[in-house]
Amino acid sequence: MNKLALLFLLLPVLAGAQEKNLEERVSALSSELRCLVCQNQTIADSNAPLAVDLRNTIREQLEKGATEQEVVDFMTARYGDFVLYRPPLKATTLLLWVGPFLLLALGVFLFARRVRKRPEEPALAEEDRARAARLLDEGK
Amino acid sequence: MNRKLIWTLAIFGALVAVLAVGLTLNPREVPSPLVGKPAPAFELPLLHEPGKTFSSKEPMGQVWVFNVWASWCAGCRDEHGVLTQFAKTGAAPLYGLNYKDQREDALRWLKQYGDPYQASFYDLEGKVGIDYGVYGVPETYVIDRKGVIRFKQIGAVTPEVMQKKIVPLVEALKRE
Repeated sequence: MNKLALLFLLLPVLAGAQEKNLEERVSALSSELRCLVCQNQTIADSNAPLAVDLRNTIREQLEKGATEQEVVDFMTARYGDFVLYRPPLKATTLLLWVGPFLLLALGVFLFARRVRKRPEEPALAEEDRARAARLLDEGK
Repeated sequence: MNRKLIWTLAIFGALVAVLAVGLTLNPREVPSPLVGKPAPAFELPLLHEPGKTFSSKEPMGQVWVFNVWASWCAGCRDEHGVLTQFAKTGAAPLYGLNYKDQREDALRWLKQYGDPYQASFYDLEGKVGIDYGVYGVPETYVIDRKGVIRFKQIGAVTPEVMQKKIVPLVEALKRE
């Protein structure tokens, strides 16, 4: 499951791999990986020394003929799934992936129930209408 | 109406509980996938004797503590006293990985604050650091007799971490 999810996330990368040159592959891959020093940036965006080192590591490995998958495996073996900006779909991350859809479904369900349950407005009786008009006139 | 109130309170309570847990977690502490895995092997020159190299196979068979430090790292100064005290007890050998540092700076730092390490290895390019998943110096590992990483501390070792985690773990591992 894990492997399949990773393959899925890398599909666009893999598809274009052949015609891409090395630098493009390095930057594509590093924009999928989180910089652990400055956690809200990717390795591609960050200039932290570790991010620079990791970009160089990615370049070295790709030069040696490693596939994108192998580089991603290298990174997750050291830093965990946390380095992946798109975490793999597995038991511990299931809620992360399906949570928003569950909440949406719950919202739709509650909304639908509410709409269906709403009692029909009783028509205003003639005398009530007259009384309302009178009260409104009084205010003027 | 009453049911509605109970529901609202329940949802509010759940939200508070989720936030109370979530917001008190430290996002900088990333669980290391390396705990429970064999410590990555390496060979590095010694900090004090550049001509000699050290192999991570050498401490094999004993429990050892591996501390990643640098002269430019402020947290390393904070934990230095704690590590020095630990080294003095002789509970387990303490080795240092001098991470992305200049040799002169590192040696001056040790001279100034004292050198608790059995030996320090010189990792100028930080390659061994990457293998160990280092991302915030200081970091400290406890490695067992079989060379498996059993504990990782990210950031400075506080007296509390030392007394409550590292020392008992080292003692337990020595009995294994």
